[in-house]
Amino acid sequence: MNKARRNPVNLIAAHGILIAYTLIALFPVFVILINSFKTRKAIFREPLALPDADSFSMIGYQTVLKQGDFFGYFQNSMIVTVVSLTLILLFGAMAAFALAEYRFKGNTLMGLYLALGIMIPIRIGTVAILELMVSTGLVNTLFALILVYTAQGLPLAVFILSEFMRGVSDDLKNAGRIDGLSEYKIFFVLVLPLVRPAMATVAVFNMIPIWNDLWFPLILAPAEATKTLTLGSQVFIGQFVTDWNAVLSALSMAILPVLILYVIFSRQLIRGITSGAVK
Amino acid sequence: MTALKLTGVCKTFGKVKVLHDIDLTVEEGEFVVFVGPSGCGKSTLLRVIAGLEDATSGSVEIGGQVVTDVPPAKRGIAMVFQSYALYPHLTVKGNMALGLKQAGEDKALIEDRVAEATRMLDLAPYLDRRPAELSGGQRQRVAIGRAVVRQPKLFLFDEPLSNLDAALRMNTRIEIADLHRKLDTTIVYVTHDQIEAMTLADRIVVLRAGRIEQVGSPMELYNDPVNQFVAGFLGAPSMNFVPAGVLGKTAATAGIRPENIRIAADGQMAATITHVEHLGGDTNVLARLDSGEPITVRLFGQHAHEVGDAVRLGFDEAHLYLFDDTGARVR
Ligand SMILES: Nc1ncnc2c1ncn2[C@@H]1O[C@H](COP(=O)(O)OP(=O)(O)O)[C@@H](O)[C@H]1O
Ligand SMILES: [Mg+2]
Repeated sequence: MNKARRNPVNLIAAHGILIAYTLIALFPVFVILINSFKTRKAIFREPLALPDADSFSMIGYQTVLKQGDFFGYFQNSMIVTVVSLTLILLFGAMAAFALAEYRFKGNTLMGLYLALGIMIPIRIGTVAILELMVSTGLVNTLFALILVYTAQGLPLAVFILSEFMRGVSDDLKNAGRIDGLSEYKIFFVLVLPLVRPAMATVAVFNMIPIWNDLWFPLILAPAEATKTLTLGSQVFIGQFVTDWNAVLSALSMAILPVLILYVIFSRQLIRGITSGAVK
Repeated sequence: MTALKLTGVCKTFGKVKVLHDIDLTVEEGEFVVFVGPSGCGKSTLLRVIAGLEDATSGSVEIGGQVVTDVPPAKRGIAMVFQSYALYPHLTVKGNMALGLKQAGEDKALIEDRVAEATRMLDLAPYLDRRPAELSGGQRQRVAIGRAVVRQPKLFLFDEPLSNLDAALRMNTRIEIADLHRKLDTTIVYVTHDQIEAMTLADRIVVLRAGRIEQVGSPMELYNDPVNQFVAGFLGAPSMNFVPAGVLGKTAATAGIRPENIRIAADGQMAATITHVEHLGGDTNVLARLDSGEPITVRLFGQHAHEVGDAVRLGFDEAHLYLFDDTGARVR
């Protein structure tokens, strides 16, 4: 350890800043959580108070579980998010590998074309997408959402991953070729593990917007059977009255899976077992 | 038999021509070293031989067979890289066994070959470690082991010692020479270091800017370079070049090796000493001729010369090399 890090003043300052940041970041989550366990009156009277014997209430959770098929929504969100992420990572990484590894005519042009989507928001094409889904009969299926989210996530994924893949040692790939590994094996066995931190970054960047999206579920899959959690929770938010107990409870439950996915990916971010492969 | 034959090999990247008409024949069992300054196309040539890069034109024959359409794994070659390029997710043993496994060899044979390479390279204590848990020297030995296990017709080494520190470099160099004697196979070895080339090679191929300048045994090249580039590249400290006129010759440049100059009262040139390097076994004296050219003198043993001393430098006419203004040798 270097001197600066051993110095107690620096140490305290660093920890102070980190702790303060953690508190600020966690505060809204904390407020949502405590209020989801309170009666409606208590929420408005003292929003920052912890639930006590008097104000404790599970009414929000009861409403959420009674109203509509909450677990169904939950499952839909989970399926859409996980499948979309998988497809984004798989196809994104494969396209990135091709762009980074192979010299072919139009390589740069293809890279630019694939990156174009970063600058053009996919929502501009909503009407066309809806028409497409209607004519292919995919409206009100989770598949429609998965397709849209995959398309939405690919440009940035290709862009980030191809940069990282250019950094993977050529010698390592060539050693694999001499040992008779197929290009697929080189990609899956040698290259992918080395770009895992970048994959985790892409996954985290894509996960939250997909999980939270309201736009496409509302337009492409509003049927009861295909509602996502975000869309399902909207029934509690009215134009004139909002059932805050239910909204806060639904939010509390919606945080959980994202948290779990995030923990999985961030462990990948930090893990460094592949270092020292070359040099 | 010929182990490797290159005929008119050219390679261009986009518009840049990196290799120009390379013709070369390597006999079986030979240790051939490609040497040249960095960026001259040595690695590219090696990758073309390995099949990792397609030649733009020309043909590559390995063991008498044209291998233009043969993938790297089927060319009967093995390659050792400067950056070791070990598989990070496999143990030392797994690294060595992968090539054979991929070729579908049976388990007993793989075990045998790995055991033999392990013994040859003293890798037994590390068999179950991953590359990340090894030092640079150990990693390079594993990389060599991975090549040995395949029992290739042709070994390709791409600057295998460049990432090692000086002491380890010398040990590994000797190990590679030893390996060549034991295995008796053909080795093509790439380096930018003329000492590695001189010490290891049966034959040296000097490359410059994608062209072969000269091919020959280390002593042939040292004693009889065809041009100024080869003369200056081989030997350390490198050959002194002065305008031929200074020595009263009719050519563009005259060259003389530092060890062929002596400090003597009856020398032909007058000079002033500018720096002295005492190496114990040798003494390098850097001087400036009265006509202004810097010149290096290598003396055997220890000599007490002082900076600023005026001396006379002598040499034998027989040791003088003359070059014309294109750098070609004048005989
Ligand atoms: N994949 C490539 N694309 C474009 N140029 C390359 C490529 N590989 C090598 N070069 C160029 O070819 C020349 C020779 O490179 P290289 O064979 O690596 O040299 P050396 O190994 O002798 O140092 C260099 O000028 C380098 O920039
Ligand atoms: Mg090189």
